[in-house]
Amino acid sequence: MIVSMILNGKKIADEVSPDMTLFQFVRKHGCYSVKCGCETTNCGLCTVFLDDQPVLSCAVLVARVSGHKVETLEGLQKEAEEFGRFIADQGAEQCGFCNPGMIMNAIAMFRELEEPTDEQIKQYLAGNLCRCSGYEGQLRGIHDFMEYKKGGVSCES
Amino acid sequence: MRVVGQPVRKKDAMSLVTGKPVYMDDLAPKDCLIVKVLRSPHANAIVEEVNTKIAMKVPGIEAIYTWEDVPKHRFAQAGQTYPEWSPYDRLILDQHVRFVGDAVAIIAGEDEACVDRAMKMIKVKYKVLPAVLDYHKAKDNEVLVHPEDNWESKFPVGADNKRNLCAHMEDSDGDLEKTFADCDIVLERTYHVPAVNQAMMETFRTTCYLDTYGRLVVFSSTQIVYHVRRIIANALGIPKHKVRALKPRIGGGFGAKQTVVTEIFPAFVTWMTKKPSKIIYTREESQIAGSPRHEMEVTVKIGANKDGTLRAFDLYNLSNTGAYGDHGPTTAGLTGHKSLPMYTANMEAFRHTFDVVYTNVLAAGAYRGYGATQGIFALESIVNELASILHMDPVELRLKNVVRQGMTMQAYSNEVARGCRLDDCLVRAAEMIGWKEKYPVKDMGNGKVRSVGIAMAMQGSCISYVDVGSATIMMNEDGSYRLAIAAADMGTGCDTILAQMAAECLGVSTDEIFVSGADTDTSPYDSGSYASSTTYVTGQAVVKASTELEKRIRKLASQMLECEIEDVEFDGKQARDIKTGKSVTAEEIGYKAQCFNDFALQVTESYTSPVSPPPYMAGAVEIELDKETGHLEILNYAAVVDCGTVVNPNLARVQVEGGLGQGIGMALYENIQYSDHGKLYNNSLMQYKIPTRLDMGNLHVEFKPSYEPTGPFGVKSIGEIVINTPAPALAHAIFNATGVWHRSLPITSEKIAMGVLKNREFL
Amino acid sequence: MLRIKEFVKAESLEQAYELNQKRTNRILGGMLWMRMTNAQIQKAIDLSDLGLDKIEETEDEFLIGCMVTLRQLELHEGLNEMSEGLVRNCVEDIVGVQFRNLATVGGSLFGRFGFSDVLTAFLAMDSYVELYKGGIVPLSEFAAMKRDNDILVRVIVKKTKGHYVYQSHRNTKTDFPVLAVAASKMGDEIKVSVGARPARAVLFAAKDLTEDSVCQVAQKVVTGTNLRASKEFRSHLAKVLIGRAFVQLRGKEEA
Repeated sequence: MIVSMILNGKKIADEVSPDMTLFQFVRKHGCYSVKCGCETTNCGLCTVFLDDQPVLSCAVLVARVSGHKVETLEGLQKEAEEFGRFIADQGAEQCGFCNPGMIMNAIAMFRELEEPTDEQIKQYLAGNLCRCSGYEGQLRGIHDFMEYKKGGVSCES
Repeated sequence: MRVVGQPVRKKDAMSLVTGKPVYMDDLAPKDCLIVKVLRSPHANAIVEEVNTKIAMKVPGIEAIYTWEDVPKHRFAQAGQTYPEWSPYDRLILDQHVRFVGDAVAIIAGEDEACVDRAMKMIKVKYKVLPAVLDYHKAKDNEVLVHPEDNWESKFPVGADNKRNLCAHMEDSDGDLEKTFADCDIVLERTYHVPAVNQAMMETFRTTCYLDTYGRLVVFSSTQIVYHVRRIIANALGIPKHKVRALKPRIGGGFGAKQTVVTEIFPAFVTWMTKKPSKIIYTREESQIAGSPRHEMEVTVKIGANKDGTLRAFDLYNLSNTGAYGDHGPTTAGLTGHKSLPMYTANMEAFRHTFDVVYTNVLAAGAYRGYGATQGIFALESIVNELASILHMDPVELRLKNVVRQGMTMQAYSNEVARGCRLDDCLVRAAEMIGWKEKYPVKDMGNGKVRSVGIAMAMQGSCISYVDVGSATIMMNEDGSYRLAIAAADMGTGCDTILAQMAAECLGVSTDEIFVSGADTDTSPYDSGSYASSTTYVTGQAVVKASTELEKRIRKLASQMLECEIEDVEFDGKQARDIKTGKSVTAEEIGYKAQCFNDFALQVTESYTSPVSPPPYMAGAVEIELDKETGHLEILNYAAVVDCGTVVNPNLARVQVEGGLGQGIGMALYENIQYSDHGKLYNNSLMQYKIPTRLDMGNLHVEFKPSYEPTGPFGVKSIGEIVINTPAPALAHAIFNATGVWHRSLPITSEKIAMGVLKNREFL
Repeated sequence: MLRIKEFVKAESLEQAYELNQKRTNRILGGMLWMRMTNAQIQKAIDLSDLGLDKIEETEDEFLIGCMVTLRQLELHEGLNEMSEGLVRNCVEDIVGVQFRNLATVGGSLFGRFGFSDVLTAFLAMDSYVELYKGGIVPLSEFAAMKRDNDILVRVIVKKTKGHYVYQSHRNTKTDFPVLAVAASKMGDEIKVSVGARPARAVLFAAKDLTEDSVCQVAQKVVTGTNLRASKEFRSHLAKVLIGRAFVQLRGKEEA
């Protein structure tokens, strides 16, 4: 079947099988930032935006997405860089494999919550697993980013 | 120091945070054959017949291989220096399958769908055998996991496949029985650690293809490129020069990728078909056929005086290596070797004995901490138990007994603790957690209590007399440098840390050092990144190479300046004759090296170490525990580490935090449960619960660096030690909260709550 | 691996119902559970275009379309005000935001999963399901029914004045519950729903909020063993969590 969607701002159409997932689709279309860390919707690595909402692309049939808008980190490079610098300044990216999913969801959080508390941050990002960092460095990076947004802390470019 | 000690950003950081395609599956050839493995549903069985006829007819299927198609000589899959301590007990595919999940057939086809279809159509006839599922009953069981005659142990580790024994060894010093007899109190306890999983976010994966010369290229998510090359060449029975192994960025390793878990399957497919291929393990395969920690039961007996003087130690561990012996003998050795030396101060006698047994569950491997973790859980727990019995403060008890700088460590091959601030770590961790005010417990008045617990840890900084680290450094024509290594950055940041060391030696910034590797075609030999050795061993090779290169730069400059080399000063930007003040720039030297020059500005050096200086640490935890539900909330975790000089405080801190996270998971959440037939239930991240960011509490990390004279810039190591304190510290805090000692991990809320109930009945 | 031969975007409930009568066809919910199965589906029926992704509020009830996500439930002010946060509490620990943006209330309830927080919580409210053919059925009745080929169109929650509380115990914060308890007091009626026993949630009535009632209800809860906990621990937890729920309800009554 044919699906068409706006992927990272570009309209694309493609022939897909009815059981293809959005995860498989975006990787097929060069969005390699989207990773898979489990097959059981537990890890958050495959997070993309579907109509501006963060979702697990591994659990979405691409057939369902036809006519909708999808964004991956490839389409959010500016925001990824702006926020990612603060993660990098903590060394908290570590192996990096979970980063795109976490950063996608963090971007969603910053759009939704103006000044999240630590509790809200942890709750919002709870579905993003990381095995390297112990999460603490990510939290420090988020704090610094929020300060920077308020015009406080700056960082190495 | 200018660069060493600075929180330099990781060289690959911005690529990683912006999601660039830098991992194996992002870079694999696009037309790869998809490789999958058909797995045994039985724990112990003989494959009598594999019918692949119908499966081969599925459109797109390229090949299906069974035990009949593969070489018949055995090899070890563990990434270790030759001759490996691990037994040669593997075939690529074996007619005898030894655990639920063992490989039965390799299927290669043009896409996933056809491979999945073909897999379902393969008919296998098994002769099911009785299985050894209880590791307590494995030794001398009439059922043998490895009855075959071509099983081989290359190293005298006391292995005997006809007894299900992968290793048996003993190490001791002093008169143990006499010392025990003379002690006021002798305590013996048994502890259990299950086969927990590394659960790195990127599962095991490899792609293979042939290069221009028909050589086999193994492009893999691995910590050990040179061992991969050797193991693959051995397994396929082809010369080493026919294989090239290299790695991209790795999505986490933690030791898992110190074993050749997936490489052999696509390597075999590509070698046979000459076509590119790839295998990506599912999370389920990573859980059921990966390389987890060795399950161990550790029985420890300690003898002490009433005043808490710890004098005698007897530690026995029974280690379950599962169906294959990867890392079996070596992990079990660390259980005593890298725990007991913490109590060197008053140690008079010690003994460490172990058995490593084969069973019909998945093979264990290397996981951060590598056997020391199990030993430290046991030893630190029994010391806490002793403190409780003696009514002594466990911090005071430890301060009386810990190894201190300058001491000769009897239980550590008589190595001297040249750099050691374990005592400072302990005092500081206690202070950070508020030990004096909070120990042991405070009733919060709502069914909840707050309590604290403490533990110490050690590890090594390499495998002494074994590990080899190497570095090649070359000056480029603009005065920048290329550093080639075969140590593997798996997110840890070793590319950056080693560049910091080179930059320190050569007077430049880290940005001016480009690091490449790991690639057996272009990197100098390195054992690989494991055993906490990269910063210590490869770091020293980098220092040696950079120092030598700096000399060569000055030598070339002296020719250009027509003066003596002794008179040349080089500051990274220019070389100056101190007598005349004349100078040449780094760029001029770089270009000179490329024109009418026979004096290479490139140096390769190796380093190896006769010692493995232990890093030390202390961890203290504060918890709030709900006595009715058993729910435990970690409030604060204080960790203070002596890893020698801290090369990069950011990366060192995140190592500690990440290690604590895995340690907390192992202590409280990560369960390993088998069916009666040996099937592992915890086969996904839905059933194997690693901590989320809500399950961790606040982590507070500090350093108390000693100066290790044998390490580059005084470093030791940090990668592994950091996983060791949470289990004993949490078990201690739970005892302080409930009055119940838990000696088997994970300490689930159920165990806590039921323990409280039972204790009440008992009272 | 889940295999789907054909994807059908339903244009009407009638069409969806017709298609769903065939055993090999299946209606899609949030896909979170289904994707983990090895189902071989002939026609996958998608209800996304039928406007069932909205929560409508009338004077005396909430009409929740089956395609409403758990995240919508979590953020819906009216529903949470009425239920005193019960609805939010029952979903906020489920995996993560990205998961809850997909999981649907229809899928959660239709599956009648043993581990379901949603079923547990909705049982304690004055809830009904609207089935395409079966009409409006009390949720407690639906929960006990065998799975059939009808379609769960909407969930209806009556705005019955009362107090609502939720208690669950989990091994890790975002895991399935080891045991979940929802309790309510609407007038004199006290409802206690216990889920993740680990079998599907069941509803009990209590006569008052005393310790005795806690014991009486807890004794009736049939528990079992699975990977997450033993029968014994669950029975112990049932008493503890129902007890805590009653304490909370008493507090609300007094306030």
